[in-house]
Amino acid sequence: MSTVPLVLHARSPAKVLPWALPLVVVLFLLPHAIDPYQTILLAYGLLMGIGALGFNLLLGYTGLLSFGHSAYFGVGAYAVALMFKYLHVQSMELYLAGAILASVVVSAIFGFVCVRYTRIFFGILTLALSQVLWSLAFKFYPITGGTDGLRVPTPTLLGLARDDKGDKILFLASNYYYYVLGFFLACVVIMWIVVNSPFGKALQAIRDNETRAEFIGIHIRRYRFVAFLVSGVFTGIAGALWVPLNGLTTPDILYWPFSGEIVFMTVLGGFRTFTGPIVGAVVFNYLKTSAVGFTVYWQALLGSILVFLVLVLPTGIVGAITQLLPAVRKRFSR
Amino acid sequence: MDTFVIHVFNALLYASVLFLIAGGLSLIYGVMRIVNLAHGNLYAFGAYVTAWAVGQWLAGAPTVVLYLLLPIGAVAAAILGAVLEPTLLRPFYRRAEEYQLLVTFGLLMILEDLMRFFWGPYPLTATTLFEKMGSVKIGESIYPRYNLLVVLVGGLAAAALWGFIYRTRFGVVLRATSQDMRRAAAMGVNVNRVYIEAFTIGCFMAGLGGAIVVPGQSAVLGMGVDALVLAFVVVVIGGLGSLQGALVGALIVGIVREIGVSTFPEVELAVLYLIAVIVLLVRPAGLFGRAA
Repeated sequence: MSTVPLVLHARSPAKVLPWALPLVVVLFLLPHAIDPYQTILLAYGLLMGIGALGFNLLLGYTGLLSFGHSAYFGVGAYAVALMFKYLHVQSMELYLAGAILASVVVSAIFGFVCVRYTRIFFGILTLALSQVLWSLAFKFYPITGGTDGLRVPTPTLLGLARDDKGDKILFLASNYYYYVLGFFLACVVIMWIVVNSPFGKALQAIRDNETRAEFIGIHIRRYRFVAFLVSGVFTGIAGALWVPLNGLTTPDILYWPFSGEIVFMTVLGGFRTFTGPIVGAVVFNYLKTSAVGFTVYWQALLGSILVFLVLVLPTGIVGAITQLLPAVRKRFSR
Repeated sequence: MDTFVIHVFNALLYASVLFLIAGGLSLIYGVMRIVNLAHGNLYAFGAYVTAWAVGQWLAGAPTVVLYLLLPIGAVAAAILGAVLEPTLLRPFYRRAEEYQLLVTFGLLMILEDLMRFFWGPYPLTATTLFEKMGSVKIGESIYPRYNLLVVLVGGLAAAALWGFIYRTRFGVVLRATSQDMRRAAAMGVNVNRVYIEAFTIGCFMAGLGGAIVVPGQSAVLGMGVDALVLAFVVVVIGGLGSLQGALVGALIVGIVREIGVSTFPEVELAVLYLIAVIVLLVRPAGLFGRAA
């Protein structure tokens, strides 16, 4: 782990805003410039960004590789689907509240078990636990619909009746996109505060040197547990936001290769940076969609990219850019 | 009574195949400390090669030839392993476990599509071998004779492996490398060669598992991914890196699964994963593992 240079350093808002604000403005204006299909793709990317951001609190900041984050994504998604099926809830806010509650409960239980371990055993344990949920969703046909999954219609946002005039695509590409964008921005800000807080610093201390962190009085297991909890909830929110967009939830999102995809996107963007997982999630989403459209062998294509990435570009897209940036600046300032 | 015997055979059948997969996974982890997420795909690769050889390539050949052809999947998987280890995995031994998991996950995706490319998206069968053997009478019921062969192969593989590792010179070198790679290297062991050999044996076992399972079932895409999580359960119960552990773990999983399928089918898989979790909590290194 120590071979990768650290680029996680605190930045004051004054330094971040000059480049973050234009990006936010672009995200707000983009639906007017691109067609609905592209907007929906971007919405997928942004919500996966929330999930990857949560995942990276464990991998990038705490140094724990979870191979079971499909569990929390799936819990968020299934919480929404079950709330619709049994309670006939239609409101997205209630869905999200339910998903947060469910992912808190599940990640508290799983986290309690998992934080006793690190490294490879942590990975295997998270994987095994996520597969418990997968097998339940897969087998309890009367409740979860088995492989058929559960259908969820488009919900009402902020208590307003749907004003899409029956056009679901348009609704998803405008109202729902902005809804996802709002949550995305809120989650980014919250995560930014978390990782720059004393709590976030403690996590990084644990990652860099467990023994020393313990020596200065950090209660390692408790900190890891809280990180696990926050991480699970972020991924749960992503799952809940994903369901109305997809219209359907199936056990696939609980199966372990989906956890692999979450790891993939985080590493693609760069797990040693704050923005890496977001960039990775958006890029991965485009990459996967275009690879699937381009060839039936999209898995081989993505797999090759992953192998290449790990071999040549272990710091990911953002990591590579931050390493290149000083050199470029130097050339221009001459 | 008959049903009981059949249940026992089924459990053993399941345990045999699982042992072949999980034993290979565990052997590889034990020697080179790498968790190969693509291991299930080597099992699937073995299944595909055998199904292709028996069902398409030499489909009309005499039955004896077809039975002799059965292990071809294992050989193919071993060759694939011998190619993969030095090219893809070797650069990662010195790097963090995260990268090892990622590169083998990428390998998993590539192998999955490689099989789709060679053999198409439809299941491949080799049922001739299963049907030609007929069945035996167990009391009032009948039981496929082929399943007994699978149990036999599983048992023989376990015995052969044990003899190989604990009774041969190569086994000594293998165990020494597993215990302390640096010291073994200092004693003049060619560690790179041991790694290739261990990885090849592990892949051979996975391929053999696929090869013997394919006449009874069929080779389908995704079978490797399904098998891997169960192999994980086995090695977690038994202890990563321990062969006795893999054997006992495979038996436990085989028995629990057989009981589960007939009594609590909905939670059968969940119970298996929960057993793995409980073992990890009570004995982190598994029933037979040494402390990490």
